[in-house]
Amino acid sequence: MIAVIDYDAGNVGSVVNAFRRFDVDVIVTKEPKDIKKATAIVLPGVGSFNDGMEKLKKRKLIDMLNKEIIEKEKPFLGICLGLQLLAEIGTEHGVHRGLGWINGKVVKLNPSSPTYRIPHIGWNDVRLLKNSELFKDIERFVFYFVHSYHFIPEDESVITSITWHGEKIVASIEKNNIYAVQFHPEKSQISGLRIIKNFIEISGEKERCEFNLDKEGWAW
Amino acid sequence: MVKIRLIPVLILRDGMVVQSVNFRHTNIIHRDPIFALKFFNRWESDEIIILDVSRDRKNRDKFYNALKELSQECYVPIAAGGWITTVDEARRLLRLGADKVVINTKAFRNPDFIKECSKVFGSQCIVVSIDSKKVQNGEKVYIDRGMEPTMMNTVDWAKKVETLGAGEIFLNSIDHDGSRRGYNLPLIKSVTSKVNIPVIAMGGVAEWQHLVDGVRIGGADAVAAANIFHYSEQSVKKAKKYLKAAGIDVR
Repeated sequence: MIAVIDYDAGNVGSVVNAFRRFDVDVIVTKEPKDIKKATAIVLPGVGSFNDGMEKLKKRKLIDMLNKEIIEKEKPFLGICLGLQLLAEIGTEHGVHRGLGWINGKVVKLNPSSPTYRIPHIGWNDVRLLKNSELFKDIERFVFYFVHSYHFIPEDESVITSITWHGEKIVASIEKNNIYAVQFHPEKSQISGLRIIKNFIEISGEKERCEFNLDKEGWAW
Repeated sequence: MVKIRLIPVLILRDGMVVQSVNFRHTNIIHRDPIFALKFFNRWESDEIIILDVSRDRKNRDKFYNALKELSQECYVPIAAGGWITTVDEARRLLRLGADKVVINTKAFRNPDFIKECSKVFGSQCIVVSIDSKKVQNGEKVYIDRGMEPTMMNTVDWAKKVETLGAGEIFLNSIDHDGSRRGYNLPLIKSVTSKVNIPVIAMGGVAEWQHLVDGVRIGGADAVAAANIFHYSEQSVKKAKKYLKAAGIDVR
């Protein structure tokens, strides 16, 4: 079972819909017992850093996540805010502590020219920096982004892909069992669904998922 | 570089897809919106905007159903709006599967509503829709589905909504809506040159070149249209192809 954490920070519904597409056992939950039982954990989320952390705290999920993901090394996928919260420090509306699983901090986008609008909203090209199981079989590296802050990791070797919006933006990171993407795979059509499929296969929840969207006449 | 988005807009009245001409919504295009919705999703839409322009709330459930059904099989972002007057109503649409909410009249009557919504859901979630009409002394904001004039200059309001926390502006020209003469380019340019948040151009598209003009002349970050997408097969795909051929960076 894959647990998608519901901490009232954004539309978990779309994330779950994308997983269900592959006929996998997935639940939306904020219950520690479900998280404990899950084989893999997904942390989606939009909104502000502080708000997200406060909501995790309020639901007493932080210790639980530390235990399941850091100690037990369950496969983890962070999406958007779910990537940013991995940082030690966030600087949105004041300085706040994050989960601290990956060294670095989250700062406001600061593009080289005002022609780059903020928020960074829309589809952008992603450049893969190293081989990653998460990006397996993807043909078009274009994904949907929507954010005003971004994660700058201290150790650049965790970065698996980047995008550009008047400055370099980390699009995905990977460290052991931790996978995280700044874009929204659940909203990135075929390329995004591939990410979801790959994560399901990485998690071991399902060895092979059928991917038949092309046959159904889907566009990119 | 972030790509120019192409956004089909579905205008629903009492649960049916309708055509919009100068903000009158009398022609029914599809009685069953789901059919249209699914095709917009499968084609190359970069995002979908779905608006409820019903005159009253009595058929609101039909709108909820359409949104819910759409979101179950939609893997591009959905922005939903119409009749949002409370944070709870916005939350309801988000729960039904919208990724963003589109607010208009309530935001104008109570600008703090933008602040409140962006605080709760984040700016990226809040699209402020601005309907503009040319009067003697320039472009002014109209509210309540274009029926109520205000004294506010459109550009001033656009700048204001940015400071209040809007993530995007959905800019429509009442004069150009359904007119088939293309976007109101001076209006769009006047806003895109004065705000830093993305602007979605809307109103008047009858040929693909109008989309190109919206980007090249209007400076829009996203180009939206409604009626045109209903009347030709694979219309979104064709529009994309045209934009690409014109050298515009689209997905």
